[in-house]
Amino acid sequence: MQHGKYRFIAGFLVVPLAIYGVFVISPFVQAIYYSFTDWTGLSSKFKVTGLKNYQRLWDDELFWKAVGHNVLLLLVLPLVTLGLALFFAFMLNVGGRRRKNAAVGGVRGAGLYKVVYFFPQVLSIAIVALLFKFAYNPNSGAINSFLSAIGLDSVRPDWLGDPDLALWCVTAVMVWSNVGFYVVLFSAGMSSIPKDFYEAALLDGAGRAQTFFRITLPLLWDTVQTGWVYMGIMALDGFAVVQIMTDGPGPDYSTELLTYYLYTKAFSDGQAGYATALGVALLIVTLIFAGVVMKLGRRERLEY
Amino acid sequence: MTAQAEPPHLPGGGTQTTAPAVPRQRGGGPAPGPGQERPATEGKVLNVFSHGILVIWALMVSLPLLWAVMSAFKTDNEIFTSPWALPKGLHFDAWGRAWSDAHMSQYFVNSLVVVAGSLAGTMLLGSMAAYVLARFEFPGNRFFYFLFVGGMSFPVILALVPLFFVMKNMHLLNTYPGLILVYIAYSLPFTVFFLTGFFRTLPSSVAEAALIDGASHTRTFFQVMLPMAKPGLISVGIFNFLGQWNQYLLPAVLNIGDEDKKLLPQGLVALAVSQRYKGDWSGLFAGLVIAMLPVLAAYVIFQRQVQQGLTAGALK
Repeated sequence: MQHGKYRFIAGFLVVPLAIYGVFVISPFVQAIYYSFTDWTGLSSKFKVTGLKNYQRLWDDELFWKAVGHNVLLLLVLPLVTLGLALFFAFMLNVGGRRRKNAAVGGVRGAGLYKVVYFFPQVLSIAIVALLFKFAYNPNSGAINSFLSAIGLDSVRPDWLGDPDLALWCVTAVMVWSNVGFYVVLFSAGMSSIPKDFYEAALLDGAGRAQTFFRITLPLLWDTVQTGWVYMGIMALDGFAVVQIMTDGPGPDYSTELLTYYLYTKAFSDGQAGYATALGVALLIVTLIFAGVVMKLGRRERLEY
Repeated sequence: MTAQAEPPHLPGGGTQTTAPAVPRQRGGGPAPGPGQERPATEGKVLNVFSHGILVIWALMVSLPLLWAVMSAFKTDNEIFTSPWALPKGLHFDAWGRAWSDAHMSQYFVNSLVVVAGSLAGTMLLGSMAAYVLARFEFPGNRFFYFLFVGGMSFPVILALVPLFFVMKNMHLLNTYPGLILVYIAYSLPFTVFFLTGFFRTLPSSVAEAALIDGASHTRTFFQVMLPMAKPGLISVGIFNFLGQWNQYLLPAVLNIGDEDKKLLPQGLVALAVSQRYKGDWSGLFAGLVIAMLPVLAAYVIFQRQVQQGLTAGALK
């Protein structure tokens, strides 16, 4: 049995490793190397320029504008998405009361709500972005004609065409498409919290808000933290939404994000070296963000 | 994340089977005492309030989708003049235009081919690697495991520029096999991570019995271990299917050669921005609905598995 073992292991590992190495590992390593060169991506000639790309990054106004937008998304997106999702999940699992002698239970129709809320999650983000591009259309889009229908004809903003609004419109779409997933995720977490905790709180006369902040949230903290990291990584991406909804950087670069900036530098401006430096910067931001969340979120682990 | 890692096949999701016996006094008996009057009405008001908010969000999620479906049945003129009105008659011609003239059928088939290939490849190669990493001791085991798992934490877009040129040099740009290989490669980290955990939880006695009976390692894997791992394979399979079917970034960069080779989301976006279809709103809506409906229908049918598959992925 032993003599065939290593041949078997090698046979099973070699193809997955080869594919993974060629298409994932090697591009990542190359990216870091190219970020120190002046490679255009068009010709095969380039020379190593040291930290020049990073120096240029430091003085690049558009880069900092994109960083600002990404940081704004990083703060707003998880807060709103996870806040809404926590509220909905609590309502669906614990919020309903006084039924069938159960101490805690969801509101009526909780299952149906969960199915509906999850809809956007199964759709391609490209399709979602396209749908909302139509909906935000200032003349015949769903949103403005709804405003007219309820008598707010004078409002009708230019949504994606307005530099002050465009980024918020994009953020709203990202919230819209992600809330459902976290409702389901938190619901799964909440249903594993023992019922007697709630019963005890109920007997002690705790209201819903108290129940939520004293029992549900602390016991769900690990899941919330995972969600926070996921949402943060999503906030750093945002490529499809921006590219499709605002046809790129938006009016007056108001929706320029790091990922889209990288994409233009690499594939339209012929500055592949500079683009990979941008990518490295993005990677650093991601790592810092994950580190900060993990550090801030550390709490005493509650076992139950 | 919580202490006990729940096997994803258990219907753990939204089921509240236990209805523990609660002291009758708060259960709303036939004759409520004066002390119970207040919380009862408070509960009612709050329930109306919370239902209200829940309904509003349900509408916010479903109305845009309904609006798209409705618009696909309208004439362009109706869309422009009264976007929220019900269509005056059912116009099916937009669907025909989208399906054949706008190449939606072609994009659909393209997506099907690429996802079928990459999903099969991901599941096969991912489970092979995960099985070896989970159940065999050999030098480098930990290293390879972390090499795979590390891929989950890096932004794909960083690798995109060099990847483009790797593909170009291998003449794989704008080809099905190229896309399939890339999809497999970028699905492997999570698949290996998830299935390694899953294979570790399976009892080893069955596999040992098969080996003693003279089955080879390969045969044991395909005939004994894979069938046992079915719940895990289904979870990660759903996760990968949705991810690959909905992928936008990778084809947007690596599949830009031939109009007719575009994948579904990519083709639809290209249609929407191309001048030729600028005026054809109903056709675009029909295309949008054609792209949305199959996944939505599949989701409604398999919603429990989909929800569990996706959340099991995130919880680990």
